[in-house]
Amino acid sequence: METLERELQELGQVPAPRGFVNRVISAAGVGERYAELETVIGTFFVAWNRAGVTSVGRERPEGGEKADGLPRQLRFDLEGLTEFEQAVLRKTLEIPRGEVRSYSWVAREIGRPRAVRAVGTALANNPIPILIPCHRVVRSDGVIGQYGAGGPEAKRKILDFEGADPDGLARLARQGTRFLGSRTTRIFCLPTCNAARRIQEQNRVPFQDERAAERAGYRPCSRCRPAAQASA
Amino acid sequence: MKAELNERLVRDLDQGFEAMVRDYGQRLFAFAYAMSGNAADAEEVAQDAFVRAHRALRGYDSERIRELQVSAWLHRIALNVLRNRVRRRQPRLVPLEAELQVADRGPGPEGQALNRAAMRELARQLSELPTPHRSAVVLRFVQGLSYQEAASLLGQPEGTVKSNVHRGLAALRRRRQLSEVI
Repeated sequence: METLERELQELGQVPAPRGFVNRVISAAGVGERYAELETVIGTFFVAWNRAGVTSVGRERPEGGEKADGLPRQLRFDLEGLTEFEQAVLRKTLEIPRGEVRSYSWVAREIGRPRAVRAVGTALANNPIPILIPCHRVVRSDGVIGQYGAGGPEAKRKILDFEGADPDGLARLARQGTRFLGSRTTRIFCLPTCNAARRIQEQNRVPFQDERAAERAGYRPCSRCRPAAQASA
Repeated sequence: MKAELNERLVRDLDQGFEAMVRDYGQRLFAFAYAMSGNAADAEEVAQDAFVRAHRALRGYDSERIRELQVSAWLHRIALNVLRNRVRRRQPRLVPLEAELQVADRGPGPEGQALNRAAMRELARQLSELPTPHRSAVVLRFVQGLSYQEAASLLGQPEGTVKSNVHRGLAALRRRRQLSEVI
């Protein structure tokens, strides 16, 4: 008899699901603001709330108040995305400007090496393009790949603007070159790695795959991490 | 402390609202959970109630906000949300996946003294009670209101609430005995 009442009381202590408060706040549109962002591929609207940037898109957000500029410190509100999608987007944020990585690189780095296609889908659904630079993820065969915010042409344009030289990259890929090594440091890199760009012409050694590089006595760059389990 | 929240709402509606969701989020979720019988509906109901509250607050003047009994007011909004959902609802078969998805996001109903299965079973049994009995039992025991508070929240005489609580508890006990026998 008493048990029932005590159990009812305990039911009242049931915790709300994680993230509930933030979901409520963003559903109520609290503190939502937006600003225009001019880019080489046109004007975008960046929307954010207290938790961070929620979207970047071509359409002016409906609610919200227009702000003069972007928040000084960019945080991202990835609420509502799956853990996997969040991991993909966070990893993508690490790719430096002027460089690119492949879908399989992202998959490997987040510990899901087989989920290459799922990485592609997660990036295609990136709610915050440009600021979360999904354009810096391309196919490993040098083909530039799809781009949700304006197609492959737009993707090429931003990469070009950022100095990633997409055409040069495609050329290397056509020749079968996936990595570049340095004769002086015996280190091999992804072609757009900042370290690879500083290799002088006469010291530059092209490799088709990581095995070839390792056979030649080269070790992978620790900055761009070109290969799976280099030491294994 | 309550008056402080009202003052915050007067001063800055959005900041005050955030504080309100933090202060009452768990309580309103638990209410919706006990009333709706499952976590997926509970989250929708509680969220919807807060969104409506926010919309309403924007139309209130300072005087009205100062006089607000926040907790009772939120519960009343949630009751309205629940009532409107019942009107348009089809016979509800809770999809197992939905339940699990919500539970996967966080501690959820599990991790309590009452284990997750028992908690769900209790919520399910509650959901089979007629609404007047269920609201009375949930407000009195799950939310821990006095009869007087529950009566004023429901807009019913205290005697009605008492008898609804009594009937609700009796029905719950019968069901439990029954399920033990089976």
